Amino acid sequence: MEFLVASAIGILTAGGLYLMLRLRTFPVILGISLLTYAVNVFLFASGRLTTAAPPILRDGISLYADPLPQALVLTAIVISFGMTAVVVMIGLGAFLGSDDDHVDDQAALDDDPAEGAS
Amino acid sequence: MTHWIIAPVILPALLAPFIVLAARYHIGIQRAFSVAGVLALVAIAAGLAWQTSDGTVLLYQLGDWAAPFGIVLVGDRLSTMMVLLTSVLALFVLLYAIGSGWDDRGRHFHALFQFQLMGILGAFLTGDLFNLFVFFEVLLIASYGLMIHAGGNARLRAGVQYVLFNLIGSTLFLFALGSIYAETGTLNMADLARRVTLITPEETVGIRVAAVLLLLVFAIKAALVPLHFWLPSSYAEAPAPVAALFAIMTKVGAYAIIRVYTMIFPPELEVTSGLHDIWLLPAALLSLAIGMTGVLAAKTLDRLVAFSIIGSMGMVMVAISLFTPDSIAAALYYIVHSTLAGAALFLISDLVRTGRANLELTPQPAVLGNALTAAMFFVGAIAMAGLPPLSGFLGKLLVLDAGYTSDRMVWIWVVVLGSSLVSIVGFSRAGSILFWKAHSVEPAQDDTLQRPTMLSYAAVGGLIALLAAHTVFAGKVHGYTTTMAAQLFAPEPYISVVVETEGKLSKPKTEEK
Repeated sequence: MEFLVASAIGILTAGGLYLMLRLRTFPVILGISLLTYAVNVFLFASGRLTTAAPPILRDGISLYADPLPQALVLTAIVISFGMTAVVVMIGLGAFLGSDDDHVDDQAALDDDPAEGAS
Repeated sequence: MTHWIIAPVILPALLAPFIVLAARYHIGIQRAFSVAGVLALVAIAAGLAWQTSDGTVLLYQLGDWAAPFGIVLVGDRLSTMMVLLTSVLALFVLLYAIGSGWDDRGRHFHALFQFQLMGILGAFLTGDLFNLFVFFEVLLIASYGLMIHAGGNARLRAGVQYVLFNLIGSTLFLFALGSIYAETGTLNMADLARRVTLITPEETVGIRVAAVLLLLVFAIKAALVPLHFWLPSSYAEAPAPVAALFAIMTKVGAYAIIRVYTMIFPPELEVTSGLHDIWLLPAALLSLAIGMTGVLAAKTLDRLVAFSIIGSMGMVMVAISLFTPDSIAAALYYIVHSTLAGAALFLISDLVRTGRANLELTPQPAVLGNALTAAMFFVGAIAMAGLPPLSGFLGKLLVLDAGYTSDRMVWIWVVVLGSSLVSIVGFSRAGSILFWKAHSVEPAQDDTLQRPTMLSYAAVGGLIALLAAHTVFAGKVHGYTTTMAAQLFAPEPYISVVVETEGKLSKPKTEEK
């Protein structure tokens, strides 16, 4: 199980990093989503992997599942979900406004007079 | 247990939804509530700073759960001073936003502003690394909204870059937290400080990775070269009052570095030795040099100010990376100065923009209110470039003095003094093109441009007055930052207050087992 979880995290991170280095908004957002999935699994595994173990202290049991990483993961999932939604909206706005979805600054846009006080 | 310490988090958290829900169509009511809230924050922050000024550590256990299990807020000298600085800055920025009408150019400025304050103040007060992450996210998500306030294509594009970069930073933060939790089983800072010392030298791989990851995350926040790429375009494109408030956000990163690397991974700890002098110091010197070179190279005034922020953060990080009580005291003095000066400069660049078609550094007709704006720019530039008589000079002197005993003294002195010279040239070039050459150009008739309002001038003037006060009372302020540094380098009282204060679950009853 450790091997499976570790390689899942590794593959997700590698895919996420590759996509994140792309030039356009959509692959970058996908890459960040993959990376957040990887980090969620990573956080989940940071409390050690156990199966069928109770999270609450009881008599006569020595193996416990750590409940804290699960709470942390929940928080992280909610936050990353919200953030992804925000970046999709802002990215969509930028794409519709300027008809260009490059992540980096385009040289041709430098003399675009659209900046400034609006 | 005093409840006042949670007020800086609760008050904006309650005010923001109230403004959204009850006052969304009435800009006047929004302004009144927002200013009243920030005034209350200033009063509360001053009270907290007064309470902790004798070295007391204030602890607030949420739900009365004892420290490693529950969430705690901790106020010591450093965090209450940062809270006070933030709320005072927020007051002037808010006055400027109201005076210049920026808050009425889009929806929900005041609500987002309050959420932003909640995130920043929470990040300063929290005693728990995971909550530091949560408050970072609160301040970031509010800043995404503020950053694209009033819209516009250029702003949205810069906003996308800003959000993407910070999302990557947040993910790195989570990786760091996961590895710290896996290694130590706690995320409470005080508890961590005790447990990290227990790790034997053979088992340090995980905690080393975590320490470096954490440093990377905070360096992204502090815009340390080479992790500074998000800053110039986002600060330049953001609305001026927002950029001025963002001047404190880079300091959140600096604060987190000071807090974590004096308490959890102190410089003498063998696990993370070499992190500061081998990695942090060169990066800090590089960002000082690149930031100030950017000041010289910038083609528009807002980018110039953004690069000067990078440079001044470099100066702060140079002082921090020396990690001696003297240098931390100097860094704290410089943090206050650099926040005020950076914010004032962003607001001044907006004063210029109000009376000018754009911010390009080319000769153009004189801005309306040229004389007063020029005088303010002059003062702000002197402060940021670090010329006497303002606090930038004193701060730089303190940093140089702290670096005098370091074995890299030559590097520090050469870079600090050289970059100061470059920034002086850059600022004087910008000032002379903007304000003096303006008189050689025929004024064009353009009715859309207008004179900045009195309230705008008053807000900038207030920040400049604070800078002057920071200079006049430099002895007292530096004395206080020295006691702060002493408290940071003797973290045992902080740790014992957090870990040993009783609450629920603090004494497990063994006989019930």
